[in-house]
Amino acid sequence: MEDLYQEIILDHYRHPQGRGLREPFEAQVHHVNPTCGDEIDLRLHMEDRDGVQVVADVSYEGQGCSISQASASVLYDTVAGKPLPEALESMRLFQEMLQSKGEVQGDEEAMGDAVAFAGVAKYPARVKCALLPWMAWKDAVVRVTEGGADE
Amino acid sequence: MSISEATASQRTDIDVNALRKEFPILGRTVRDDRRLVYLDSGATSQKPLAVLDAERAYYLTSNAAAHRGAHQLAEEATEAYEGSRARVAAFVGASADDVVFTRNATESLNLMAYAFSNATDKARTGAPLPDGAGRFILAPGDEILVTEMEHHANLVPWQEVCAKTGATLRWIGLTDEGRLDLSSLDRLVSPRTKVISFVHQSNLLGTINPVPPIVEAARAVGALVVLDACQSIPHMPVDVADLGVDAVAWSGHKMLGPTGIGCLWARREVLESMPPFLTGGSMIEMVTMEASTFAPPPRRFEAGVPMIAQSVGLAAACDMLDDIGMDNVAAHDYALTDYALARMAEVPGVAVVGPTDMQMRGSAISFVVDGVHPHDVGQVLDDRGIAVRVGHHCAWPACRRLGVPATTRISPYIYNGRDDIDAFVDALGHVRSVFGVG
Repeated sequence: MEDLYQEIILDHYRHPQGRGLREPFEAQVHHVNPTCGDEIDLRLHMEDRDGVQVVADVSYEGQGCSISQASASVLYDTVAGKPLPEALESMRLFQEMLQSKGEVQGDEEAMGDAVAFAGVAKYPARVKCALLPWMAWKDAVVRVTEGGADE
Repeated sequence: MSISEATASQRTDIDVNALRKEFPILGRTVRDDRRLVYLDSGATSQKPLAVLDAERAYYLTSNAAAHRGAHQLAEEATEAYEGSRARVAAFVGASADDVVFTRNATESLNLMAYAFSNATDKARTGAPLPDGAGRFILAPGDEILVTEMEHHANLVPWQEVCAKTGATLRWIGLTDEGRLDLSSLDRLVSPRTKVISFVHQSNLLGTINPVPPIVEAARAVGALVVLDACQSIPHMPVDVADLGVDAVAWSGHKMLGPTGIGCLWARREVLESMPPFLTGGSMIEMVTMEASTFAPPPRRFEAGVPMIAQSVGLAAACDMLDDIGMDNVAAHDYALTDYALARMAEVPGVAVVGPTDMQMRGSAISFVVDGVHPHDVGQVLDDRGIAVRVGHHCAWPACRRLGVPATTRISPYIYNGRDDIDAFVDALGHVRSVFGVG
């Protein structure tokens, strides 16, 4: 169980980073985990900085277990301020690690605090908890980027 | 006298240690060699050897499609299936012809709900309906009454009926303690009320609901009464005819039986007046290319090759429960639940969601731990081998009403003893320290 509840995860749970819904934002999404009732409201603000799409801010409110709440905090730390391609690559690594059934440990250099979720992969029922905020964020990204393409 | 009061004074005669030997799964270990403490029987009970053996014996000796074929095995399979129906019917004081086998209680409740939407559809097109089907025909202005503590299985099907027919869904609210607020009953039940469907014992809160006042209110206006007895029939003596309701739905797998079989009992004239739900083979009387007529109940509601092996398993489960005695089962559950509530009250930061006394209360105990999410509570318990349920328990509106996003729930049964409750309470005492909140 110590694999699951790493100190880094509990730290993020107790002291969430970037929590609270903020302005401005171009997309707001609401995602739920219907099997356990976890919910997240997430806003995404993107900026064009010298021709590069940057994840300027990710703000959120939610309720749920330590894994889903800590994951939202780690999502903020990981993607806020990053160029979009880099942020999407972080999500790819996170998702790959979580869905590997414990085979992929994750690279701390590349993933930062997100590697602490490696142990979650061994608890299939909890993988969806960890992915909830990330899926919400990806949904918001799609809404913003596809909305941009329409303009 | 309520069931709780009736059983309170009785001593339990169940020898838990001897009984556990009948459930080999309880001998296994989980998570680093921890003894399995199974406290999730409200979700599904474990299965005794007698049930497994009965299913195996059926497959080994008599397997065939019931109600078909001219050979000896088909005869034996038909006898096994119909014999099981009689056995299960006897378990709840019913006549065999009034018990329909379904895949689960959710299907049983859908069968009742679809009687309304199908009768309404057919009335619109002028298609033939059974005699007496008029009471199933709904129109805008008609009302369906449920309660705020329903399992989604007894809520969503009725929402769907309303969406299809224009009827209005109403519900009996809850008190803060998680009991039905029956003070609103007079206001909620009117001649517009066509059906009242409610849960006998809440899977989330453990609350046992009083049946007579609701039946009385329904009778006064001619409404049909459907009872979800999933959590009561496995845990207390239930005589379906005595309840005074029109239909009762329950599942096999929560009462030691296999998954894949549920039951619906209804008064014969009610079953006879209902149009079919699932259609196809077995449920017909005559078929032409243009149209079909339907078999009498219960077969009208059993399309396709039925769950023969599962019915045999469920009959064996009824044998075992009757051997133990349902009074003993109820007394055992009562004593254990009383003990669990008292022990849980010793743990700081733990609050029970639902009744905290034993008055009209069953063995499901939901709770929250201050500062720790229910899912995390379940995980810490699991680490010590204790299997509990977490989440909204398919009763999301009740969780919302009582102000909790989710709960952790224990639901002990006949094979649980005080040692299981002690192991649970011991583990519960460690939960808050894991998360640094206590």
